[in-house]
Amino acid sequence: MNNANKEKIVAKRQKDYKEKVFHFIFLVSALVSVLSVIAIIVFVFSKGLKPFFGEGAYSFFDFITGLKWDPGNDVYGIFYMIVGSVLATLGAIVLGVPIGLLTAVFIAEIAPKKIVAIIRPAIELLAGIPSVIYGAFGLGVIVQLIKKVSPTGQGESLLAVICVLAIMILPTIITLSESSLRAVPKSYREASYGLGASKIQTIFKTVVPAAKSGILSATVLGIGRAIGETMAVMMIAGNNIGGLPNSIWSKIRPLTSNISMEMSYASGRHQDMLFATGVVLFIFILVINTVLIRLTGKMGDEGSKK
Amino acid sequence: MKKFFNMKKIIGFMLVATMMFGLSACGTKKAKVDEKVTDTREQTQTPEATQTPAETNTDAAALAGTVSITGSTSVEKILMDMISDFTAYNPDVTINYTGTGSSAGIADAMNGSNDIGASSRNLKSEETGLEQVEFAYDGIAVVLHPSNKVADLTMDQILKIYSGEITNWSEVGGKDAKIIVVSRESASGTRGAFEELTGLKDVGLVESATVVEGNGNVQATVAGNENAIGYVSFSFINDTVKAVTVDGVKATPENAKAGTYVLSRPFLLVYNKDTVTPEAKAFLDYVVTEDAQTFVEDHGGIRID
Repeated sequence: MNNANKEKIVAKRQKDYKEKVFHFIFLVSALVSVLSVIAIIVFVFSKGLKPFFGEGAYSFFDFITGLKWDPGNDVYGIFYMIVGSVLATLGAIVLGVPIGLLTAVFIAEIAPKKIVAIIRPAIELLAGIPSVIYGAFGLGVIVQLIKKVSPTGQGESLLAVICVLAIMILPTIITLSESSLRAVPKSYREASYGLGASKIQTIFKTVVPAAKSGILSATVLGIGRAIGETMAVMMIAGNNIGGLPNSIWSKIRPLTSNISMEMSYASGRHQDMLFATGVVLFIFILVINTVLIRLTGKMGDEGSKK
Repeated sequence: MKKFFNMKKIIGFMLVATMMFGLSACGTKKAKVDEKVTDTREQTQTPEATQTPAETNTDAAALAGTVSITGSTSVEKILMDMISDFTAYNPDVTINYTGTGSSAGIADAMNGSNDIGASSRNLKSEETGLEQVEFAYDGIAVVLHPSNKVADLTMDQILKIYSGEITNWSEVGGKDAKIIVVSRESASGTRGAFEELTGLKDVGLVESATVVEGNGNVQATVAGNENAIGYVSFSFINDTVKAVTVDGVKATPENAKAGTYVLSRPFLLVYNKDTVTPEAKAFLDYVVTEDAQTFVEDHGGIRID
C-alpha cells in the first residue's frame, strides 16, 4: 500500500518534470521569434537613426520631405520614394483585391469541382514563384507591353509595378478570402435562399459580408507583401533619383529597392541613410498592420454580435 | 495510458534530438566553412609558389613591416583584394589602405607621408619626382540600342544627355524620339568613374533617369528599349547593345590603354624611388603579376597586358 503510494508520487514527479521540460522547450521556441524581432528593431533603429544625431547631423525633416536622392552630393531625400511605395501598394490593392475576391468567390461558391482542381494548383504555384522570377517576367513582358502604349516611351513605371504587385498578392488574397468564405455557416445561405434571393444575391448580400473580416485580413497581408516586395519591383520601377510621380507612366523608386540597390557598395553616412530608409519602411509596416488589425478586430466583433 | 506516455516520450525525444541536431549542425557548418577557406588558401598557395618569379619569393620570406597606401577610392575594390592576397603570402607585412582621393594620395606620396599613393588618373605635369606603376585600366562604353542610327557622340553631348539638356535623339543626329537615360545606382564605381570623366559630377544626373543595379541590368534595359542610352564596363559590350564611338574613337581596351578613348582612365600606384621600402617595392612588383591581374578582371577593369 505504502509502496504503491510512493510509486504514484514518483510517477507524478516524473510527470511534473516532463511538463516543465516541455514548457521550457515551448518557451524557447516562442522566444526565438520575439528575440529576432527585438534584435532587428534595435539593429535597424540604432544604425538608421545615427545620421540624425551628433555632429554634422542630417536634418530629419530634409530626409523625410526631400525629393532627391543623391548620396554623391550628400543629398538624401526620400519623400518621393514614400509616395511611390504608397501609390504602388494602393494600386496593387485596388487591382488585386477585386480580382482575388472574385476568384475566391468563384472557387468557394460557384465553380464545379473539376475546374477548382485546375484553378487551385495554379494559385498555389503562383504563391511559390520566387519574386526575382516575377521581376524577370515584369521586365520581359509587362514593361515591354507598357512601353508600346506609354507616352514616355519607357515601360519601367508605376503601372508596371502595380501590375506585377497585383499578381504577386493574388495568392494571399485568394487563399485567405476563400477560407473565410467557406467558414460562413451553411444556414446563412439557406436562409438567404429561403427568402427568395438568387445565388448571386446570396453571395454578395450574405456570404461576402459575413466573411468580411477574413477578407480584410487578406487585404492586410496583401498590403504587407506589396509594400515589402523588393526584388521584383527593383527590376521594373525605373528607380529615378528624384521627383514625385505624376502619372501611372512615371518612374518610381520604392523604399525597398532604394535599400537593396545600394547597400552592397554603400559606406559611412550613405549606408546609415539606407538603414534610415529601412526605419521608415519598418514604421510604415507597423502602422499599417496596427491600423488594419484593429479594423479587422472591430469588424470581427461586429460580425459575431450579429 | 502507458502507451500514451511512450508516445509523449518519443515525441519529446525527437523534439530534443531535432533541436540538438539543429544546434550542432550550426556549429559544424561553421567549422566546415572555415576549413574550406583554409583549404582554398592552401590550394591557391601551392600553384602560386611555382608561378611567381623566384626573386619575389625569396624577398617574401624576409619581408616584414607596414606599408601605407592612400589615394583613389575607385581602386579600392581591386586593391583590397590584392592586399589580402599579398599579405596572405607575406604574413609579416601589414598594408593599410585609406581612400582619400587620387590627388591626396599623390600629394602624400610627394611629401613622403605614405609609402605608395593610389591614383585613378595620370600624373599632372606639376606632380613630379614620382615613379608610377600602372596596374589596371578602367574603360566605360556608352551603349545604345542596336537599331539606333547614332554612331558617334562627343563627350559634350554625353554630358548634356545625362544632365538633361539634350532630351531628343534628333538633337544628336538621330530620329525624333525622346532619349531614355539609363544610369547606375549611386554607389557604383562605374557610375563614379563615368560622372568624373564626363564632368557630370558637377552638374548632376537628370532626375528622370532610370537607375538600375549592375552593368548587366544596364545592358538589358538598353537592349530592351530602342531609345535608351546607358554606360557599361567594356566587358559588358555584346551583340544586344551597340557601343558608340566617343569623339570618334572606338571603345576598345587598346584605345583605353593608349589614352585616346576619353571615357577611360589608368589605375596607378605612385611612389618615391629613393625612399621606397622593400615591402612596398615587393607589393609594387606583385600588382602586375598574373595573380594580381585576375583581381582587376574580377572587378571589371582592363588588365595591363
